[in-house]
Amino acid sequence: MSSFHIGKSTQNLASQNEFWLFRKLTGLQSVALLIALVLIGLLVVPVGKVIFVAFQDPSTGAATLQNFADFFATPLFRESFWNSFYVSAMSVVFATIIALPLAYITTRFHFSGSILIQSLGFIPLIMPPFVGAVAMQLIFGRNGTVNLLLREKFGFSVPFMEGLNGVILVQSIHYFPFILINLSASLRNIDRSMEEAAQNLGSHGIRLFRRIVFPLAMPGYIAGAALVFIKVFDDLGAPLLLNVNNMLAPQAFLRISSIGISDPMGYVISCILVLFSILSLWASFLVMRGKDYSTIQKGGGGIGKRTLKTGEKVLAYSVVALILLVVLSPHIGLLLLSFGTIWSFAPLPDAYTLQNYITMWEGSKTFILNTILYAGIAASLDVIIGTAIAYIVIRTGIFGRQWLDYLATGALAVPGVVLGIGYLRTFHGVDVPFTGESLASWWVIIALALMIRRLPYALRACTAALQQVSITLEECAESIGATKRRTIQKIVVPLMTGGILAGFVTSFATAAVELSATIMLVASNSDAPLAYGIYLFMQTPSGRGAGAALGIVAVVVVAIGTVASQLIIERDKKINSSNDIV
Amino acid sequence: MKKDGITIKNVHLSFGSTEVLKGINLEIQPGEFFAFLGPSGSGKSTLLRAIAGFGPIPTGEIFIGERNIVGLDPWLRNVGMVFQSYALWPHMTVRDNIGFGLRERKFATSNIQQKTNEVLELVNLSHLADRMPNQLSGGQQQRIALARTLVVEPDVLLLDEPLSNLDASLRVQMRRELLLLQRKLGLTTIFVTHDQEEANTTCDRMAVLENGIIQQVGSPQELYDNPTNLFVAKFLGTANILTGSIETNGRNTRFVTTTGETLNLPTAAQSGTQLVLRPQNIEIQKTSGKGTLKARVIHREFLGSQIRYLVNAAGTELVVDHSHTPDGVWFENGTNIHLRPNTSGATVL
Repeated sequence: MSSFHIGKSTQNLASQNEFWLFRKLTGLQSVALLIALVLIGLLVVPVGKVIFVAFQDPSTGAATLQNFADFFATPLFRESFWNSFYVSAMSVVFATIIALPLAYITTRFHFSGSILIQSLGFIPLIMPPFVGAVAMQLIFGRNGTVNLLLREKFGFSVPFMEGLNGVILVQSIHYFPFILINLSASLRNIDRSMEEAAQNLGSHGIRLFRRIVFPLAMPGYIAGAALVFIKVFDDLGAPLLLNVNNMLAPQAFLRISSIGISDPMGYVISCILVLFSILSLWASFLVMRGKDYSTIQKGGGGIGKRTLKTGEKVLAYSVVALILLVVLSPHIGLLLLSFGTIWSFAPLPDAYTLQNYITMWEGSKTFILNTILYAGIAASLDVIIGTAIAYIVIRTGIFGRQWLDYLATGALAVPGVVLGIGYLRTFHGVDVPFTGESLASWWVIIALALMIRRLPYALRACTAALQQVSITLEECAESIGATKRRTIQKIVVPLMTGGILAGFVTSFATAAVELSATIMLVASNSDAPLAYGIYLFMQTPSGRGAGAALGIVAVVVVAIGTVASQLIIERDKKINSSNDIV
Repeated sequence: MKKDGITIKNVHLSFGSTEVLKGINLEIQPGEFFAFLGPSGSGKSTLLRAIAGFGPIPTGEIFIGERNIVGLDPWLRNVGMVFQSYALWPHMTVRDNIGFGLRERKFATSNIQQKTNEVLELVNLSHLADRMPNQLSGGQQQRIALARTLVVEPDVLLLDEPLSNLDASLRVQMRRELLLLQRKLGLTTIFVTHDQEEANTTCDRMAVLENGIIQQVGSPQELYDNPTNLFVAKFLGTANILTGSIETNGRNTRFVTTTGETLNLPTAAQSGTQLVLRPQNIEIQKTSGKGTLKARVIHREFLGSQIRYLVNAAGTELVVDHSHTPDGVWFENGTNIHLRPNTSGATVL
């Protein structure tokens, strides 16, 4: 063969190769670009707009700090600010009081109810806090079950639900699982040898816990606590339903909904909410940085478990039972309310009926159908975008790919109220093509807001799923002759199915009960989703029964979603782990 | 099957600012069973992956037959690679795994069926066609991974530490099977390993890599007997190194160590300052003689067929192997002995 031939064939291959490279890059690059545009349009611009308006003089449009000065000069806002802070901090304290014993008892001791407790601990998360709020009034309120009984038997009552107390109680019961989950995981991830080494050097008892065990579990606790703080700080639904309006999120909502989208105070409050979100996420990042204490090693086990003595056992079971009773009270209350006829000034409803469910079904078919539509669109888009971002970030070298991840995850730091206000302000002047409707009041915008709100969670699920897929599985397909596109289609996506499905179900279930962004964007009752329907029902005493029935529907939807996504993840893990070669 | 050689010309490759391959030049003959041998981090796997088209694009040229494949996408290379972890797709049956490459090449269904059956027969696993990968043992997974690669009739076969996930006895059996299969197909094959025994027992020739550079290329025996540098000498088996210089006195060539001992060299000597002696090429004697070295035993290990002594001699520590027989002699620690190096098997570097 002559050298001429060699040279020629090389050249041909090189040019063919360039062609392929070019096509491959533009394909994935254009997907990346499209996602970037969506994130900018639906997240960056609206949030930027909110921040911009907060620093703008409402009449002249000039840059100013006057709005912030006005905010802090108004006693109501100063009080709201302080109240939000106080409620968030106290919720963290109470959530810790609930979570710490549960986490400690189930991870440190042989305790037969451990699995039950760990699963029951998740239950509060599957109920939107505003749904539980009304039921809590009926159980812990001034004339609720507990206080009626206390007054009857002992002649005193406890103001569990008075004003801010009510918000703190509702929120800590709802959000403590974040601390429970993170703290339990940290405790379990401490290798036995860590503790044994300390015992070997003479440490034991409380001192061992204080010096070794708790510090090692600290990052998990901080992560959970920061999450609780920020969720409570941002939450709109619970204070609104408990009629506690002197907090930041309700103030933002009330200013915008009663005075209008030109009032600057709503934007100032939004800025403060975003700032606190970022601060607490940043704080937990700082604490976590370089402290991956997950120390389980090969041949090691989790932290040593001790058998309880009889007396200790009784104590432990009583503590756990009491906590679980409190934690499950909103569910019990809601269930009673949904089946009750009239429940007022009595420890329990007067009689039981199915009427509420019939009323609910007749009055809320639209809500339920809307919810399925909105949450379905949101969750589908979430997993499509989530999968694309995960693939682009993990498997390609596209310039700026990390920013897609940062942007999508950044939605975590944007409270629903803020996103809602941002959409109203950004899109109110934009018309939907053909219908002439304003984009801000078009139902699709609700679905898009839900999509942005749930994207961070879907993205995490998709990223985790992709990380499970060993890159050699892809390389092997390529070396056998499959192109990038075919490899993604035949190998990557099928292997990610479990994770993608789990992400879809979680996004769907939580989007179905989201209230804070939707309450700002619902233009008419016919466009309203389930969460808004519950809110409407709960506004009148006569609608509470039906509202509770709808609440039960919401809880069941989220519960089924949570269980389904857990099952999918478990099944996936099993397939993947049995495929591991040891 | 058509045979292609592999020619690698001046290949450099970097991960960021770290240069991992520093000018690789290599010629692999058509049909040859070739091994890349080296410690971890030597660049052997990186070089193999560069041939398959994974990792950063290297500079230089890599020819398979007459095609330069540098920069070509992996799926356009027709290079068969068997991965260390086997990389069987867990969501497909054995049959689907094997048929995948053929489907990508748009073979007719009946043809795919037939070729899959043939290759399953080749690896003796026809009865497992409808299993899922996680129902197979390690050795079976290995053979399926091999079958999946062979069925697309690649121009060359790349094996990335294919035996490292198998237990010891299976490893010995699989390497024999691999060799038989390679001989039967006559496929140009590169085998990456850090285990010299694996390389020695399978390959025709091998390249020893260290620090991104090929240290030496040759048959296992050549490399063992005539290493061209200290790294190769030490990496392939145990090597005793004596430092000194060569002195030529008429027709006699001698190696004089820095501590003054002299050793006769049989061949007309080359230059060099280091004498490489294998442990089995040193005899132990109780009494001194002509050309012996004085030594003292400092440590002893019983290896079964041999007793390995660590001794102090010529100002350094030497390893000496002594055949073990049931009625053989043992030398206790601290015993003074005499060594007779067999310099006909020695190399001066």
